[in-house]
Amino acid sequence: MNWDWDKLREKKEQYEHRQQGGGGNIPRPPQMDEVLNKFKNFKFPGGILLIVVLFLLFFGSSMFFTVAVDEVGVIQRFGKYTRISQPGLNFKLPSGIERVTKVKIKRVFKEEFGFATAAVGGSRFVNPNEDMGVTLMLTGDLNVAVVPWIVQYRISDPYKYLFKVQNVNSILRDMAEATMRTVVGDRSINEVISEREEIAIAARESLQKELSEAETGLHIVTIEMKKTNVPEPVQPSFNEVNEAVQEKEQLIYKAKEELNKAIPQARGEARRVVKDAEGYALNRVNRAMGDAARFTSVYLEYVKAKDVTEKRLYLEAMAEVLPKLGGKYVVDSDQSNLLPLLNMGQGSTFANGSSRGGEK
Amino acid sequence: MNKLKGVVLGVVALAVVVLLASAYVVDEREQVVVTQFGKVVGTPITEPGLKFRVPFIQKATYFPKNLQEWDGDPGQVPTRDKTFLWVDTFARWKIVDPVKFFQTVNNMVSAMGRLDDIIDPAMRNLLTSYRLVESVRDTDRPMDTFDVIDGGEIDQSQYKIEVGRTELTRKILEQAQPKLEQFGIEIVDVKIKRINYVDQVRDAVYGRMIAERRQIAEKYRSEGRGEANNIRGDKEKELQMIRSEAYKTAEELKGTADAEAAGIYAKAYGVDTDFYSFIQTLDVYRDSLDSTTTLVLSTDSEFMKYFKGIKAK
Repeated sequence: MNWDWDKLREKKEQYEHRQQGGGGNIPRPPQMDEVLNKFKNFKFPGGILLIVVLFLLFFGSSMFFTVAVDEVGVIQRFGKYTRISQPGLNFKLPSGIERVTKVKIKRVFKEEFGFATAAVGGSRFVNPNEDMGVTLMLTGDLNVAVVPWIVQYRISDPYKYLFKVQNVNSILRDMAEATMRTVVGDRSINEVISEREEIAIAARESLQKELSEAETGLHIVTIEMKKTNVPEPVQPSFNEVNEAVQEKEQLIYKAKEELNKAIPQARGEARRVVKDAEGYALNRVNRAMGDAARFTSVYLEYVKAKDVTEKRLYLEAMAEVLPKLGGKYVVDSDQSNLLPLLNMGQGSTFANGSSRGGEK
Repeated sequence: MNKLKGVVLGVVALAVVVLLASAYVVDEREQVVVTQFGKVVGTPITEPGLKFRVPFIQKATYFPKNLQEWDGDPGQVPTRDKTFLWVDTFARWKIVDPVKFFQTVNNMVSAMGRLDDIIDPAMRNLLTSYRLVESVRDTDRPMDTFDVIDGGEIDQSQYKIEVGRTELTRKILEQAQPKLEQFGIEIVDVKIKRINYVDQVRDAVYGRMIAERRQIAEKYRSEGRGEANNIRGDKEKELQMIRSEAYKTAEELKGTADAEAAGIYAKAYGVDTDFYSFIQTLDVYRDSLDSTTTLVLSTDSEFMKYFKGIKAK
């Protein structure tokens, strides 16, 4: 507006100046005046309209905004917090008066510690072993453990989240590290490795307490422990312990196996030995009884006719034995020297009765 | 007519400019100190909203009102038990007196510098005057450690603490806070973010850890061997027992049977010993004489007495 006005005046001055200088010219001013008047009557209203439309468009567009389902809009009027708008189409006073900041309160954010993807927050000091240092922790028994973990959180109070703390993300990271180290610092290396669940619960509780006290407006959904371990150089020796445990079990199992194999076998063997003995006993007694019975029967006959039976038994035996014999020599009782005649290498010699000489 | 319009427009424009120059916005996160030619005017504005001041003469300087973070420069600190540590601390603070802050430190960068100068030495003082465990552990919670040497209770005592981490950081805060009051700064807390052994110490600690584990592994192994041998001993014992009992039972049975048989024989044969001997001898002849036997018979013998003809009788 000002500009137009200045320009007009300038033009008018120029025109007056020219009129004074060149007197003999054809009088053009009325024409110029006419043009100017036309210009005034035409351009001015149009310009205002255009500006007003642009103005309305500009402010109008900044008067409504949409809030997505997973977020809320925090509205400040001249910097002062006034209200929170819910998802959907919302209105506010034009920009310059009211300002909206959208905060994703439904979304669960993730902060990783000890992973390649870890984004390091706005730390003022660049630390060369940042990546390595984040998971290395001292345990309560002054050993070193590698503890990677993930914090999942969401914004529970957008007002506190926006206004109460500068750089919430950095506070969250530092606080998470500090609390995790406090929790790990109170546990032995064994517990750090084997009781991850318990550590996660303790760390969540204490981190939530710290964040609430700091009015960060954050809610810790969960702390998830990844595989806790000992530093790489120490790992083989820890594996060795596990192996030794296995080895121990194995040795015991093997011995038990031997025991379980040997004992039933020995029991069976023992039963066999006993059964053998029982068989032997039965055999022995039965035989004895049989022999005795036979003897008794023969004896009973023998007693009836002692001489005859004795002779009969003798001759029967001879009749049985003699045919079986390989060589039989009958030596006359008058023959005195018999030995030279005999081939002594030929089997056993059985001499019955006296051997006082004799010949073939 | 045009001139009048112009004047009106000019006045309106001037009014707008003046209004804009005198109005200023204070955010929820901010607080403002108003100065007039460098001199502080009135009390600092901590309430957010639209505020006004005398244009062109008064100046508004903004300071954050919310919680700020100070991140310490990590460095080496020796503990009382002469272990070198690598410690990284952070603290949270806020400007409680913006006027003092404005007059003494003026801006955030120099504020961080002041905090460095004050918190860092306080932290070093305290960590150096306590043992390592004090800054690592927080409570005297009993820990589950491997009992390397039988018993195990011996080791726990060295991890007992007197103050603990929380108390230690509180002491750091206590030492630093009074020095920061003059700057209008209040420290909310000091925390140990990271605490680690320095590289040289770390290697030694790793060595110790390895040795410790080896010892534990060896213990397990010998336990295994011991237990296995014990089981083997049990096995041998059991085997001997089973075998000897079987032998015992077997011999008893055999003995009883032998005795019984002997009784039976004695009872039967005892009736006539001579006859038994005669009959048994005949049986022996039957069993022992076969084709390999050569018999030489004398005509004198009872058996051949008829061979040379009947002369006697």
